Amino acid sequence: MNRMQPSADSTQAIADSDAIAVERTLAGDRDAYRVLVERHSHNVFRLAYRMTGNRHDAEEVVQEAFLRGYQKLGQFAARANFGTWVYRIAANYAIDRMRQRQKEESRREAPRVGDPDGMENDPLNRVKDEAPTPERLTQSIELQKQMEQALAALSDAERTAFVMRHWEGCGIEEIAEVLKSNSNATKNTVFRAVQKLRHALQPLVETRAQARAMGTES
Amino acid sequence: MKHMKEEELIAYRERVAEQRAAISEHLAACEQCRVELERIEAVLAALDTLPVPDPGADYGRQVWKEIAPRLEEKRGRWWRVWLEPRRLAAAGAVMALIIAAFVAGRFIPRDKAPDNIVNKELVRERVLVVAVGEHLGHSERMLIELSNEAPNDPKQKEVDISAEQRRAEDLLQENRLYRQTALQEGDAGLASVLDELERVLLDVAHSPGEVTPAQLETIRKKIEVRGILFKVRVVSKELQQRQEATKPAPAQDESTKRERNKV
Repeated sequence: MNRMQPSADSTQAIADSDAIAVERTLAGDRDAYRVLVERHSHNVFRLAYRMTGNRHDAEEVVQEAFLRGYQKLGQFAARANFGTWVYRIAANYAIDRMRQRQKEESRREAPRVGDPDGMENDPLNRVKDEAPTPERLTQSIELQKQMEQALAALSDAERTAFVMRHWEGCGIEEIAEVLKSNSNATKNTVFRAVQKLRHALQPLVETRAQARAMGTES
Repeated sequence: MKHMKEEELIAYRERVAEQRAAISEHLAACEQCRVELERIEAVLAALDTLPVPDPGADYGRQVWKEIAPRLEEKRGRWWRVWLEPRRLAAAGAVMALIIAAFVAGRFIPRDKAPDNIVNKELVRERVLVVAVGEHLGHSERMLIELSNEAPNDPKQKEVDISAEQRRAEDLLQENRLYRQTALQEGDAGLASVLDELERVLLDVAHSPGEVTPAQLETIRKKIEVRGILFKVRVVSKELQQRQEATKPAPAQDESTKRERNKV
């Protein structure tokens, strides 16, 4: 589930090509920025979706990250990696968006609504060898709902740390920079996030595993 | 036996543990900790099944479409591009062009006003013609070499075009400058060919350093369809003729000058 790990050569080639596109953009060639947007949009979307938990906010985060990236491009250090840099901008904006969303929701006092997009890819449907019986479907939907709720219950820092570390494979230093924290505190944040998720989900995961084992045996 | 704390197991699982080797060693010997780690992993594996919707293959293009109208033009940083070491050569050529124009202006006597203006323009045109001619020659050679690239072995999956790609990047910068100059000089024909060449150079510069034979064929077809090599050759020929036409007349000797002054 981690960020795709291309070879060192191709990573370097992409970084070099990004650096050229950055130079051209700074030189006034606006179209050169297009290359960067098209190259990095998918990765930034994945991060944004996992952080915000819904497609609408994720798309807003992606657009805002690239807009901010363009405006701040003069501050971008030539030796840095553009992908990592825009990723950080997106993570920071996603944190702002999550806070904003929480305020809006607490004002409305409405329960968190799950993302309809996620339903199309229900985890249950990935199990090829077993037909989705109504009971299993219910269990799977319930687990997905619980997982979304457990992630939503994490603090912004915990969710950011977990998403960036567990799913995106970011380094602790990179996460610490987004969280404006130090390495040790960031490691503790990752730990707290996993601990909370574990406590919230373990009973459901184990019950489901047992039910599945019994179903297989019978 | 002292068992691992939950914190240590999570740190181990998330690859942020400092004592990884010691934990691995302990896990190999302690079933209780192994089971505990498996329980953590089961929760994380369940979380990994949470789907992320696919935004679609052309998502990047959509994002660009959304944000492009909101991007302000960046101005005043044009010089940055010329400070890159590999572009210093191109920057040097540009400087030479400016200095040549300046020197030409300084050494043409001021008392011969009508001739002076004509000469200045001729010198400037000549400098531009020579510089663009060289640029077109370099571009043509790069495109021919790229068109002749082929896998050394039929089984070879990728062809290395990184050298041509780097040259295209450099040529692209020069090309923009010459195109803008041609436009300023009102030479629409030359500007148009340079514009077409720029698109081809842009394609090559944005290609990966290693391409599959199919990708190489696509690039080759783009070059062929645009007929850019033919156009470049025609313009190069025209420029050669213009170069001949703008060659300065032989210098007048002192006696001729004295005769003219008497009149």
